[in-house]
Amino acid sequence: MVNRKFIPLIVTCCLFFLLFGIGSVQFESFGTPRVFFNLLTDNAFLIIAAVGMTFVILSGGIDLSVGAVIALTGVISSVLISQYNWHPLVVFPVVLLLGTGFGAAMGALIYVYKLQPFIVTLAGMFLARGLASVISEESIPITHEFYDAVSMFGFELPGGAWIGSSTIICLVVLVIAIIAAHYTRFGGRVYALGGDNNSAALMGVPLASTTIAIYATSSFLATLSGIVYSFYTFSGYSLAAVGVELDAIAAVVIGGTLLTGGYGYVIGTLVGVLIMGVVQTYISFDGTLSSWWTKIVIGVLLFCFIAMQRALSRAQ
Amino acid sequence: MSTTTAVLQLRGIQKKFPGVHALKGVDFTLRTGEIHALLGENGAGKSTLIKVMTGVYTRDGGDILLEGKPIFPSNTGDAQALGISTVYQEVNLLPNLSVAHNIFLGREPKRWGLIDWKTINRQSHALLKDYDLDIDVTRPLSSYSIAVQQLIAIARGVDMSAKVLILDEPTASLDADEVQSLFRIMRSLKERGIGIVFVTHFLDQVYAVCDRITILRNAELVGEFDAATLSRPELVGHMLGKELAALEERMHQTAGEQQRPSALKLTQVGRAGSLEPIDLQVAQGEVVGLAGLLGSGRTELCRLIFGVDKKQTGTVIFHGKDIHLSSTKEAIDLGMGLCPEDRKHDGILGPLSIRENIILAQQIKQGWWRFIPRKQQNAIAEKYVKDINIATSDIEKPIEQLSGGNQQKVILARWLASNPSLLILDEPTRGIDIGAHAEIIKLIRQLCDQGLSLIVASSELEELVAFSDKVVVLRDRKKVAELTGADIQPDTIMRAIASA
Amino acid sequence: MNALLSNPQLRRYIWPVAGLLLLLLINLVISPEFFNLTFKDGRFYGSLIDVLNRAAPIALLAIGMTLVIATGGVDLSVGSVMAIAGAVSAYLIVSGVDSLTVIIAGGLAAGLVGGMINGVLVGYLNIQPIVATLILMVAGRGVAQLINEGQIVTFQHEAFSFLGTGYFLGLPFPVVLVIITFVLVQLLMRRTALGLYVEAVGANASASRYLGINAKAIKLSVYCLAGLCAALAGMIAAADIKGSDANNAGLWLELDAILAVVIGGASLMGGRFSLLLSIIGALIIQTLTVTIIMSGIPPKFNLLIKASAIILVLLMQSPRFQQQLSSLMLWRKRHG
Repeated sequence: MVNRKFIPLIVTCCLFFLLFGIGSVQFESFGTPRVFFNLLTDNAFLIIAAVGMTFVILSGGIDLSVGAVIALTGVISSVLISQYNWHPLVVFPVVLLLGTGFGAAMGALIYVYKLQPFIVTLAGMFLARGLASVISEESIPITHEFYDAVSMFGFELPGGAWIGSSTIICLVVLVIAIIAAHYTRFGGRVYALGGDNNSAALMGVPLASTTIAIYATSSFLATLSGIVYSFYTFSGYSLAAVGVELDAIAAVVIGGTLLTGGYGYVIGTLVGVLIMGVVQTYISFDGTLSSWWTKIVIGVLLFCFIAMQRALSRAQ
Repeated sequence: MSTTTAVLQLRGIQKKFPGVHALKGVDFTLRTGEIHALLGENGAGKSTLIKVMTGVYTRDGGDILLEGKPIFPSNTGDAQALGISTVYQEVNLLPNLSVAHNIFLGREPKRWGLIDWKTINRQSHALLKDYDLDIDVTRPLSSYSIAVQQLIAIARGVDMSAKVLILDEPTASLDADEVQSLFRIMRSLKERGIGIVFVTHFLDQVYAVCDRITILRNAELVGEFDAATLSRPELVGHMLGKELAALEERMHQTAGEQQRPSALKLTQVGRAGSLEPIDLQVAQGEVVGLAGLLGSGRTELCRLIFGVDKKQTGTVIFHGKDIHLSSTKEAIDLGMGLCPEDRKHDGILGPLSIRENIILAQQIKQGWWRFIPRKQQNAIAEKYVKDINIATSDIEKPIEQLSGGNQQKVILARWLASNPSLLILDEPTRGIDIGAHAEIIKLIRQLCDQGLSLIVASSELEELVAFSDKVVVLRDRKKVAELTGADIQPDTIMRAIASA
Repeated sequence: MNALLSNPQLRRYIWPVAGLLLLLLINLVISPEFFNLTFKDGRFYGSLIDVLNRAAPIALLAIGMTLVIATGGVDLSVGSVMAIAGAVSAYLIVSGVDSLTVIIAGGLAAGLVGGMINGVLVGYLNIQPIVATLILMVAGRGVAQLINEGQIVTFQHEAFSFLGTGYFLGLPFPVVLVIITFVLVQLLMRRTALGLYVEAVGANASASRYLGINAKAIKLSVYCLAGLCAALAGMIAAADIKGSDANNAGLWLELDAILAVVIGGASLMGGRFSLLLSIIGALIIQTLTVTIIMSGIPPKFNLLIKASAIILVLLMQSPRFQQQLSSLMLWRKRHG
């Protein structure tokens, strides 16, 4: 018998192959490595952000500030690079540090003052977007040879598939995140928090440092996602990446992670993003369907997965 | 055994909370290789003392010596690192993690910096074999029964080099066989030199497994005794103090009542997995006590009568009418009321005022569109605050700011205001100070003198003896005895509970 | 004053009202003409009226949101429901429906359906409110775009436009609608026991079950009510611009509505609620926006100030923070 805890993950994978299969049957050039790897390339920033969200949701929380942090990262980076002429390799550590501190501060508020994660990260979202628009309301272009080099960098795979720098970063993040989730004490603590806060504390899990570390991780990855996002756009804009937090949450749920926390896998989130990507690709291949169908389909998928989780936890 | 040394010594422990002096200079000595019962009524200070030992609370005074050295645990992790492990009644492990992960959480062996699952799983499996458990340790904890989870919790605690193992009411939700296997484990741990503190409500279990007994009452130490030389009546006397004598005087005063008309008649009422079919009769103005251990089906019976859970078999006749409840609303409309066992979780509406908490049942009886005018609400609330002595200056105060005893009185007032003909009280005196306790028992007697029928479930036998006209004893979700008149005595009830 | 402080019902009004008064005072200092009211052509004009008018959609959302939060829930979908309701009424107008009743009924029906979906998910399927309403928040904009076929649909309909731009008894009609909604909901909640039931469900769901309160039905009805309020707000927004913009109608307004309720002092854990306090919260948000503009701070600081306000209000409500604050005061008293 299959372990019950794997059911959502299996359903997710089956769904991906089903959708990809339908696309391949219907459209000639759909079922190619190129389309598959384009899913990765196009969604690398989302995967990175959603991986951070996975940790937060596994611990029983939620982070609504992700999209705003991505935008803020873009704005700060572009200002430092274009207006202050810093080298991107100097800028990146700085923004990553700032982002991590931002998340840690949210985690501290949540832990110390026992505030609900959704309202704290909502305030975080306002704060990050606010800061971004205070710094610049205009989109700031980034022109730097390092960015050109990054965008040129990559490997050609047989079948016309291209693995670029964003894909590489996203795969590295995935590998580290999977190891962190399943092979480190931090990962165990994240699951412990999602299982039962009280018991976790009684078993000696340090709630304060774990909560802070979880939100710091999420914001760190959101910042990294913002850097990768700037590789696509070559700019920083305070209104960029609006609603990415919702996409990330959707990906995590579709990826089989229980929204109440405690159950789920990082790898599921990857599949979740890919499913959303396939839906988008299918709609653009079809040509007659309009883009808003993506939102509706994702809404329906969200509903189905949440209902399935409900049914599974009731059966137990 | 008498030459063994003290592993854990508490001297003159003080603990104060706002408005409550929870421990008044309590001493406690645990020797290596003994099982030491910590007894006391609800509210005597047992759980506070344990929380002080395990670092959940910091003491306000006194010393804790572990193997002669003073310790200052500031959290459970500290205490665990020092060698003091605790297993609680509601297993405080993580249901979503694997059994093995639960055992090794926080001290996972590593290989090349990463958690070594192979070793964890192998060692966990081997470890649990010592506890007669041969299970798949990679499955989530939630896939095993509470009894197994408890053993896993003990295994975890002991494996973390425990010198002191505290078992806080571990047997409350176990069946007889499971209790026996737990005792076996406890004895073998004792052989290994571990000092075990055993907290329980069940006196049989105390005598079955404990070497010594420490009794607390009203936040003070009553004394430390050898289990072999302390008789059961003495023990009960120590636990209850002078109150016992007073309570016993009231015994049998209602014996020899004439026949009264029936208020409630249950015939073969049951529900799969919760209660075996049961017969029960309650006359008007009668108090029926429900005795039995936790998990015996007391609470389940209360819930079935009140319609919280639906009965699956049998018939219920209430004042001559055949009723089939599908919601508690119907029960309330018919004139029933239920004070649930878990007052905080199921009873009070914390942030709402005393007034609103009192009028709610009557309001529900009237229906949502017939709002009780504010003036009338005030009048009702004021009346009950006065009548049953709820200690508050202001009926607009949120109920959560009252003490446990006063909260319970408000819940009682809530039902009395709805003018019921049958009131079900599930553990009405749990977690209540002695003063309020006596008042509530007095109130129960008064109520049935006024013709109200009462069903009172309680684990405190003396209490049942004090007010019941009839005691129904439940065990293993079955009715095992019905006692009336002179048979209503702690001993007979206890025997009925314990009888095979 | 002492009587005011000792009554817990009234004490809750002190902070929000003081906050609003302080903001108004700042405005008075910055520009004395802020309080000027003129009456011309049967209408009041002035900054205050402007604030009221602009606050109307948030206030409407806040009325529904207050009840949802009182049950311990939250409704993230109200912004999307606004977009849907606006799109539905625009669709009806464009497809030739002339009857105002039918148009409004159509919009309200859309809101009711949205509220029912949320209510069933939360009340009957026991899905956490944030998650359940997230579904409609995501999918709702898609539905609105579907109805509009991706366009910004503009329309001409005198009677419908009155909802957003009309005047009644000298007041902007959206303000009148808020007052009517407030009075109706307040009567429904406080002249019957419904309000008490809502608070009971939010204060302790399990205890209300023992009391025979049908928590499922209560939750379903508050989400439906929130949907209706959102639909009304959506129609006002559409009527105001004589068009339906599925992308931007009600965007982020769910957050303002939640914020209004929180500023009004309600606990996100559920329990006590006050519609009036939430409306004061909505007014504070709008006045804050106006204050920022009036004081010459560039509007781009708007979000930043709002974020600081949320964090401040959350901290003020946290028992731990109050404790820290009072021990700090004590410390300063001793050492100062």
